Amino acid sequence: MTEYILTTSPKLKRRHAKEARFKWYGRIAITIALGFLVLMFSAIIFRGIGAFSQTKIKLEVSYTESIIAPDGTRDPQILRLANYKPILTAALKETFPEATSRKDKKRIYKLLSKGAVYEMGKRVSNDLALIGTHQTIWVTASSDVDLFLQGKVDAGLNENLRKLTDKDIQSVQYLQHEGLLKRKFNTTFFTNGDSREPEMAGILGASLGSFFSLLVCFLIAFPLGILTAVYLEEYARKSKLTDFIEININNLAAVPSIVFGLLGLSIFLGVFHIPRSTPLVGGMVLALMTLPTIIIAARASLRSVPKTIREAALGLGASKTQATFHHVVPLAMPGMLTGTILGMAQALGETAPLLMIGMIAFIVDIPHGVTDAATSLPVQIFLWADSPEKGFVERTSAAIIVLLAFLILMNLLAVYLRKKLERRW
Amino acid sequence: MLAKFMTAGVLALSLSACGGKDAPQSQTHDMKTQAATTDYMRDQIKIVGSSTVYPFATTVAENFGRTTSFKTPIVESTGSGGGLKLFCSGLDSNHPDITNASRRIKTSEIKRCADNGVNDVVEAKIGYDGIVLANSRKSPRLELNLTELFLALAKNVPDGNGGLKANPYKTWHDVNAALPNVKIEVMGPPPTSGTRDAFVELAMEGGCKTFPWIKAMKKTDKSAYKALCHTIREDGAFIEAGENDNLIVQKLSANPNTFGIFGFSFLDQNADTVQGSLVNGQAPTFENISSGSYPVSRSLYFYIKKANISKVPGITEYLNEFMSAKAIGGDGYLADKGLIPMNTVEHAEWKSKVLGLQTLTLD
Repeated sequence: MTEYILTTSPKLKRRHAKEARFKWYGRIAITIALGFLVLMFSAIIFRGIGAFSQTKIKLEVSYTESIIAPDGTRDPQILRLANYKPILTAALKETFPEATSRKDKKRIYKLLSKGAVYEMGKRVSNDLALIGTHQTIWVTASSDVDLFLQGKVDAGLNENLRKLTDKDIQSVQYLQHEGLLKRKFNTTFFTNGDSREPEMAGILGASLGSFFSLLVCFLIAFPLGILTAVYLEEYARKSKLTDFIEININNLAAVPSIVFGLLGLSIFLGVFHIPRSTPLVGGMVLALMTLPTIIIAARASLRSVPKTIREAALGLGASKTQATFHHVVPLAMPGMLTGTILGMAQALGETAPLLMIGMIAFIVDIPHGVTDAATSLPVQIFLWADSPEKGFVERTSAAIIVLLAFLILMNLLAVYLRKKLERRW
Repeated sequence: MLAKFMTAGVLALSLSACGGKDAPQSQTHDMKTQAATTDYMRDQIKIVGSSTVYPFATTVAENFGRTTSFKTPIVESTGSGGGLKLFCSGLDSNHPDITNASRRIKTSEIKRCADNGVNDVVEAKIGYDGIVLANSRKSPRLELNLTELFLALAKNVPDGNGGLKANPYKTWHDVNAALPNVKIEVMGPPPTSGTRDAFVELAMEGGCKTFPWIKAMKKTDKSAYKALCHTIREDGAFIEAGENDNLIVQKLSANPNTFGIFGFSFLDQNADTVQGSLVNGQAPTFENISSGSYPVSRSLYFYIKKANISKVPGITEYLNEFMSAKAIGGDGYLADKGLIPMNTVEHAEWKSKVLGLQTLTLD
């Protein structure tokens, strides 16, 4: 039998070759796609990894009461804003006894971050018992020192062309030699808002901004989307009107996101006077954008619930509403949630609509609610990418890593929900 | 499992129902009180405006936020024109208190402000910015004058017989035999940018009017003069690179034959990879720009609504911080960020003007 087929198919060899070739084309295509992905990820990780640690300088400081609190106050609010510079300069003097001229002292002080004084204020206002004591602490170094330690400063270059002079480099090398310099895990990056100094900039403000925007977006888009889908799928009779609505929903899903931003600008800001730059208005605009995605996904998952479920419920005497909300909607819920999560993940990565409503802004304070001014993660990436300071290059990539991590988490959740809860009929 | 899902769904729905109701309610409440008292519900300063001033304004805002008990102001980068438009659109709490500008406010903008009830505006000058023509350090430094810059970048150039011709120059060498034999390729900001406006006005027009007959044209036919001096060539030698100056800097290091146009602060931060060309024999250095001998420099401003000072807490203190010597003085922290400070006399003059809240008048 096999003999017979083989002999009667003269083109068989060519067909097999074609099949093998096709398989190889496929493999090559996948390899190229994966290659680009790996290249992109490794470039981002390579550039951003440096931002997850931060150079600190070890100093022996005395929290002298006469400097911090000359009037003996113990109010944390006042102590936070007290003058800590003399304390730091005194500590640096101990470390660099040979630096006596005003110019040298000033130069050495610049090795510390501009935020070092605020760090001290935070330490003292959090722990009032520190006043009057002598402590060994690690103080954040300036971004230039950090870049130098990472080998991102070309010491061979003429010193006028670098941010660190030859003397600065000597001082840094001295600190290194004495073991007073260390790169530690960068907690600032996860606990601070934006800053003009790369070493003080963090993503907490932007992350919370994203969180609040997505919360508002979810609270508006999810119920609206699900109810629309349920109504259109279960209740509405097919008519020209429902067809028209359906076409429009499908079209809305394809509208460029900047258009929603313009809509938000003219309606939410212009007519309703919702405060500019807040997650409330950001979330509302993103909700408009995600709504069609949710409706389409929800309708598809409602449609995949077999008719027999509805008929069985109705047959047992359930009303239409009972059949829908007790049986059909719960069964369709995994699909609806998956669609919602994917829609939200898309919203998380949006910047264009936020441009129009003032969320692309420099905001230092951490937002505490939906009416506090905030940015979002992708916006923060955009702003840092546009900053002249060198230290922001690695922070930009680090923020991209965090954003990608969130996106992957959300997509994994969607996949998990689908795998775990989806029913096949 | 099913029951769990249902409760989760119902929970989410009910949650959203409360949340959904809650937010608009408090919103309308806010709006009502606002409308009733025409007072402010805002305790945070809002700033918009120029992307050139943005790095400076944000630095001041951050310092102000960290050293006082006021909230840190919000700074949006909208461009000078966009900022002034928002600023002049109204007095209510949704419009900014301050706008930054990399050029002076125009008469038409002052009018627009007045039309919308924004009458008393205080002007503050903060210092200077140089616009540089830079290339990679891997290539030799370019030395040219404004005339050559105009000839290299204008759409139409004089043909030598009192007429005009389309720009024929392909290389710098074509413009002047002393310049290198390299293709003219310059990346610069788009027309929406204040940097572009300033570059066109200072460098292009500056080179343009070195031709006596063109200069004479300014009096006889102003629009033709403007069209000639302000139009940049569109044949690919000038590339609009968007507002992202960092991108231009990166492209310059990748392509040593290309030149870029951007603000001094970017040159200052990237001095290890790019160098500024000498214009009229002057290098774009801190000293040359502040003394005014570097020809392509401009003043930077911000504008304040006087009426908002009593409404939004902290504006006076913000002005104090911005105008202080520790910010915009010769040794101030903004000088570290690339701002070219005013001299002490001019600084003192502007400081007293601003802190005295002297309103801007049409002149």
